[in-house]
Amino acid sequence: MSESNEFVRKVAEEKYKFGFTTDIHTEIIDKGLNEDVIRTISSKKGEPEWLLEFRLEAYRYWLTQKQPEWGHLKMPDIDYQAISYYADPTKKKKDSGSKEIDPELMKTFDKLGIPLEERLALSGTAVDAVMDSVSVKTTFKERLAEKNIIFCSISEAVREYPELVRAYLGSVVPYRDNYFAALNSAVFSDGSFVYIPKNTRCPMELSTYFRINARNTGQFERTLIVCDEGSYVSYLEGCTAPMRDENQLHAAIVEIVVMDNAEVKYSTVQNWYPGDADGKGGVLNLVTKRGHLRGVNSKLSWTQVETGSAITWKYPSCILTGDNSQAEFYSVAVTNNYQQADTGTKMIHIGKNTRSTIISKGISAGRSQNSYRGLVKVGANADGARNYSSCDSLLLGSLCGAHTFPYMDVHNNTATVEHEATTSKISEEQLFYCNQRGISTEEAVGLIVNGYAKDVINKLPMEFAVEAQKLLSVSLEGTVG
Amino acid sequence: MLEVRNLHACINGKEILKGVDLTIKDGEIHALMGTNGAGKSTLSNVIVGHPSYEVTAGSITFNGQNLLEMKPEERAHAGIFLSFQQPVEIPGVSMVNFMRAAVNARHKALGEEQMKSTDFLKLMREKRKFVEIDNKLINRSVNEGFSGGEKKRNEIFQMAMLEPKFCILDETDSGLDVDALRIVAEGFNKLRTKETSAMVITHYQRLLDYIRPDVVHVLLDGRIVKTGGAELAQEIENRGFDWIKEEVTE
Repeated sequence: MSESNEFVRKVAEEKYKFGFTTDIHTEIIDKGLNEDVIRTISSKKGEPEWLLEFRLEAYRYWLTQKQPEWGHLKMPDIDYQAISYYADPTKKKKDSGSKEIDPELMKTFDKLGIPLEERLALSGTAVDAVMDSVSVKTTFKERLAEKNIIFCSISEAVREYPELVRAYLGSVVPYRDNYFAALNSAVFSDGSFVYIPKNTRCPMELSTYFRINARNTGQFERTLIVCDEGSYVSYLEGCTAPMRDENQLHAAIVEIVVMDNAEVKYSTVQNWYPGDADGKGGVLNLVTKRGHLRGVNSKLSWTQVETGSAITWKYPSCILTGDNSQAEFYSVAVTNNYQQADTGTKMIHIGKNTRSTIISKGISAGRSQNSYRGLVKVGANADGARNYSSCDSLLLGSLCGAHTFPYMDVHNNTATVEHEATTSKISEEQLFYCNQRGISTEEAVGLIVNGYAKDVINKLPMEFAVEAQKLLSVSLEGTVG
Repeated sequence: MLEVRNLHACINGKEILKGVDLTIKDGEIHALMGTNGAGKSTLSNVIVGHPSYEVTAGSITFNGQNLLEMKPEERAHAGIFLSFQQPVEIPGVSMVNFMRAAVNARHKALGEEQMKSTDFLKLMREKRKFVEIDNKLINRSVNEGFSGGEKKRNEIFQMAMLEPKFCILDETDSGLDVDALRIVAEGFNKLRTKETSAMVITHYQRLLDYIRPDVVHVLLDGRIVKTGGAELAQEIENRGFDWIKEEVTE
């Protein structure tokens, strides 16, 4: 509370401050997508045969599919042959044999506020830093290893822990799930792998910071988190990209497996470049995130603050298989200028006495379109299942749109499903009231928006909450008055 | 000192103020009375810079500063405070955060240091006593779910927090029962210093029993048509406005 206003003002003076590019030698493979490209990616990463087969199968399936059109989105045509599917900024021009990380890369992450030297790092947070297709560095690995926690890039996990990866990869989001899931499964590059062994409370927050840098490349993040029986982990994800005139594709998959009595908290602050004020450029954020609550009494919560991207298409979902499992989805999605978001969740109740909560807050400004899309499904055996959904929309201005598409599919008459929705506007009288007390309009919007979103923001870990608050204000800069 | 000269103002193209002249010196309390639609609220809104009103002629200065060139928040920083007739609700924004933003903004504008959280909360506790406002209200969102009387108390509480130099009470007495009226008015009196001046808009004598005006003005059809001492309010209470209207048309 205390410093937020100062923050708001300071940051409101800046535009998209992560829009810089890093001038670094990057090994980029030729544009285009075919089986040879997939073989190249796989061989660059030194992957086992089974994984190459997984990729190829996914690719062949993808070829038979069409890009989905059901979203409330005007999607630009994506030329999948005009994208390079692998960009490695860690490759030196001539292999000097040195294992040192290029100082330019370190500087980039410093500039983003993600120091990769452990002595400088935020206490209590381990980071996996991914630029373009490659993980640059993962911090605090040794300290985590003392507890037998595995936290590394997925590429490293494939090499070091192939059995674990093989057991879970694609088990929550199969490549046949959807068009972008198939594409990701074919060409995924890097992301994080987390394994928390039984009865272990992860002693620090784990986080992955995704950065797109190279031009005309796509980023195909793949993250896999397995939380074994009786364990706990809190995981954070942050994302930024340079300002570029052309759209950039980010098609990710995140899979989470939660065993008996285990708990996972997954938080995202998504701040991909949203495009300019006229809607030019920006990241296309087409993401499949899903958690499987396999175990009894398991818990999973998704918290997301979505302020970036030209287009957001993502529905972090939960499959509640374990009896008494609990799932939560807390979301704030902000759209401004020509941004479009179609986001929400799916709660699939399979086990008995499963409970889910959905709190979604959409904030639209400019000429943006902001949609909540959610499915609550209760299976025939899910006795006593409960869901509570609340979807609120806040409109700033008269040219933007807010839409709600709730779907309910209930096959068990002992289930309780509740849905509430509201739409509101920031009124001129509210802003004037703030002005009369000495609060500028810009700051008043920040105050009101942060107040509106606080139920969700409060779910984020401390540092992220502060980050999210200022992002909300910056994203809405100049929308009122 | 507040000086209003030949002020003309419109809303939606309709002229409401048709040449208002008014001087309120430091330490003075002026009551502004008049029939509904005479322009009392318009005058207060124009002084604080409400964007819906357009000033077409005239001037307003406050301690030598030209208010018409200042944004509403700058006028607030200069020490002007309006107790709203109908305070708005701001859901989701707690009174604590709201007041903190307001106090910080003023400190910043005046080039003063920001208050520490502990000092700020202490200040809130102290000022709360002036209007006997419940701590529960302070922890709620701004005016959300407040009764009419609670909203008015909250206005005076905010006044206490911001320590303005010139206050406008726009029908602060409307919707208050006798006890609440006394608490609010006494709260206001305790907050006054020798320098504090105020413009009190009311239809009734009963508020002026607590807040004694030095000067009473009658505003009719966009002009101040009569000015007198405290006894003028009493006379209006007894006789209404018709006799003044007749005087004007004669």
